[in-house]
This record gives sequence, C-alpha cells and structure tokens, in this order.
Amino acid sequence: MTEHIADKATAKISMNDVHKSFGPKVVLDGLNLDVGRGESVVVIGGSGTGKSVMLKCVLGLLHPDGGSIKVDGEEVVGMGGKDRDRVLDKFGMLFQSAALFDSLKVWENVAFGLIQGRGMSRDDAKGVALTKMAQVGLGEEVGELGPAELSGGMQKRVGLARAIATEPEIIFFDEPTTGLDPIMGDVINDLIVDCVKELGATTLSITHDLASARKIADRIAMIYKGQIIWAGPTDQIDQSGNAHVDQFIHGRAEGPIQMEVLRP
Amino acid sequence: MVAVGTNFLAAIGRIFLSFTAATGRLSIFTATALSHCVTPPIYPRLLMRQMMSIGYYSLPVVGMTAVFTGMVLALQIYSGSSRFNAEGAVATIVVIGITRELGPVLTGLMVAGRVGAAMAAEIGTMRVTEQIDALTTLSTNPFKYLVVPRLIAGALMLPLLVLVADIIGVMGGYLVGTEKLGFNSASYIDNTFEFLEQIDVISGLVKASAFGFIVSLMGCYHGYHSRGGAQGVGAATTNAVVSASILILAANYIITELFFDI
Repeated sequence: MTEHIADKATAKISMNDVHKSFGPKVVLDGLNLDVGRGESVVVIGGSGTGKSVMLKCVLGLLHPDGGSIKVDGEEVVGMGGKDRDRVLDKFGMLFQSAALFDSLKVWENVAFGLIQGRGMSRDDAKGVALTKMAQVGLGEEVGELGPAELSGGMQKRVGLARAIATEPEIIFFDEPTTGLDPIMGDVINDLIVDCVKELGATTLSITHDLASARKIADRIAMIYKGQIIWAGPTDQIDQSGNAHVDQFIHGRAEGPIQMEVLRP
Repeated sequence: MVAVGTNFLAAIGRIFLSFTAATGRLSIFTATALSHCVTPPIYPRLLMRQMMSIGYYSLPVVGMTAVFTGMVLALQIYSGSSRFNAEGAVATIVVIGITRELGPVLTGLMVAGRVGAAMAAEIGTMRVTEQIDALTTLSTNPFKYLVVPRLIAGALMLPLLVLVADIIGVMGGYLVGTEKLGFNSASYIDNTFEFLEQIDVISGLVKASAFGFIVSLMGCYHGYHSRGGAQGVGAATTNAVVSASILILAANYIITELFFDI
C-alpha cells in the first residue's frame, strides 16, 4: 500500500513514528514519511489533518511529543542552539501567507537570509535579491515597494524568491497556490518547478490543490488523522486503490472521510 | 452544598495553576531574552530604530505630561501648604515630587500606553501572520532580532526621557509659581536647588530604567505569545499595557523602599 520509505540510505528527510498533540487533540499520530535526496514530495490532505504541524516539527518550530526526525541522517528532535542553526541553514520555506516582513522593502525581504543569516553586505545581497526576483518574474522597480503594495500573487513570488535566495538544499512549500486564481496558481507551480530544478533542491510541499500537486510532485503522500495513509508516484494517484485518496482527489462529500459538519 | 464548595475550591485551584504557569512562562521568556542580550550578534541598526521610536518619538507626549503635572503640583502644594503657612516649600516639594516620583512613574505609564501597546501589536501581528516563524527559517533568532533591541532601547531611553520630564516638570512648576502664585523668580530657583539631593534624581533615573525594561518586556512577551488573529493581537495589546502599568507601580514601591530604606 504505502511507499513512505523512499530509500532509507539516501533519505534527505526521514520522519519515523512522529507524534504531536495539543492538549487532548492528537494531530500527528505516528507519522512516517521519507523524502529522498533531490526528490519533490507533496503531502495532500484536508484541513486540520496535521500537514502544517508536520512541517513545523521538521523545522523545530514545534517540538514533537515522540518519534524521530532525521535530516541528512542527523537526528533533529531535541536539537537546539548552534546545531539547530546549522541545520536550519539547509532550509528555505515559502509560507502560505507569504509571511513577508511588513517593515522591510521587497528587496530587503528577499535579501534577508543573506544579510542576517549569512552576513553578506547589503549591496551584494541586493544584487543577489534582484537576480532572484528576476527569476520569479519581478522587475527591479518592485524591489523598492513595501509588501502591502503587492497583490497576493506577487507576494507569493516574493516569498518564493526569498525561499530560494540562499540556495537552500531543502525547500518547504506551505500551500503555495492557496488564495490565488488558477492561472496565477499555475504560474507559481511553473516557477517552483523551474527554481527547484535549477537548484537541484529537495522539496516537501503541503497542499490540497490537486492540480498543483500533480505539477510539482515526483511523489504524492496523503495524510489523514495524523498518519500517512498512502504514498506513491504522482502518475499512480488515480489508481491508488485507496478509498480515502479516491474521495479526496475527486472531492466527494460521501466516502470514508467524514467531515465534522453539524447539519440543521 | 458540598458540590458548591468543591467547585469553589476547583475554581481557586485553576486560577492558582494558571497564575503559576503564566509566572513560569514569563520567567523563562525573561531569562531567555536576558541571555540573548549578552551574546552576539546584536543588531545596531534595529537598536537605533527602537531607541528613536521609544525615546525621540515619545518626547512630545512625555513633555506635555510633565509640564502639566509640574504646573498642577505647584497649585496643589501651594493651596495645601497655605493651611499651615508653609507656602515657601512649594518649589522644594515640586522638585522632589517630580524627580523622585511623578517624573519616572508618569513617564513610564505614558510610554507603556504609547510604546508597549505598539510593540505588542507589531510582534503579535508578526506572530499570527507567521513572520516570526519566517525569521527562524531565515537563520535569524526572533529573540535577538525582535526582543533584545526593544529591551535594551527601553532600559536606555527611559532614563533620558525622565531627565527631560524632570526639567520640563520643574519648569512647569516655576511658571505657575512665578506667574500665578507671585513667587520671586530668583528665590523660586534657589529653593528648587537648595534642598535637592543627588539621590532624588538618581533614584528616579534608576526607576526609569527599570520601568523601560518592564514596558518593553511586557510588550514583547504579550506580542510573542499572542494567538488567534486580530482578536488575539487586540488582547495582547491590552494585556501589555495593563500588566506593564501594574508592574511599574509595584516596582516603584519596591525600588523606593530599597533606595530610601525608610
């Protein structure tokens, strides 16, 4: 059924039996997922199934209650201080809301990781930032604007430019197309594919946009009630043989996944 | 009857536990922030920006507060002291009142309202829009980037603001004393400085530094832990101002006792 285990020996990220609860609410319930080196894995699943929590546990923004998370074979659960900083240097992330810093100009947002994280001079970092912005289709003049002056699609592109600016080994995409029109969503998908191909980065994305998942994934995994219930190559998702996956990809209200909706 | 008693005890227990948890969270936050204050990197550009925001931009509101406080203090002391023919003490009591108490306390409270609220709102918005998580993924420690510059700027700038408030407050008293109450200008100034001691001013400045730290700490703490969108940020802002104000008044008593050993 499941192909969570890409290849243990070459796994860039390896999550084993990860548990996370908030009070009585169990969010991750023994999650297992491996992401191979240079692989693009997309995790699909409904709202509240633990997708974002999974990403935050890998990044150390949340601490798992149990289980193991390895990055390049190195255990990161419970890691802190300089070791955590060293591991975080490998990551870039595009947030769902883009999470741009309001107080900084667009180019300063893109150059942030280079200036603060890598200690590059502002002039050099600006040059790199403008190159990365051009890569996602944004002109120099946009660099001097504030994030609040941009449309949602442009903010996502700035977020993408920021995520790739430090040329990370691993990039996380949190709902990269949510809130965008289908055309702009596809533009973002194309940019993600192009940028990732150029960097040769490993990517882990979460989304409930199937079109986006089909476009950017080498492998798709489905999360349900805090566990990976199916994983396989993208071209096999339509023949998964899993009732949960079928219901999700066809967007049916009827099926094994029951939404907790009170009807009048 | 037994059930009512049990519920009452349970309610007290819940309040006690939540108070203890909040105290623990604040202690850990403070210790973490202080440890980051003494380890590099420190961001000078951010520190300067916060010093401008807390110090320079608070000058108008602090100046207005100080001048009216000095003026009203002169009127009240004159009116009170005239009951036992001690009007001559107006200048001395005004300067001691301003430097020891009203300068630092009112400046602290005004800055809590102006700056503490803004800090909680800004950091709270960053929290709920994932900007703080973004900082972490960009290899930047949020404590160093957001909290440390505000704490240092608060502790450094409040004494300077209080020094300005002391001068403006005493000038307010002087204006009312000479223009309205009929004091001779030279003797008012003589009386102002004759009984003023160094400790009056220094204790006020030490208080100011503590109050600045409290204002920044409460603004950062409540903003950092805000949850749940606009409503959460609103609650964080209110909590920052209320808790900073209460802590300022409590710290004022403690520091006064320590300084003057009454």
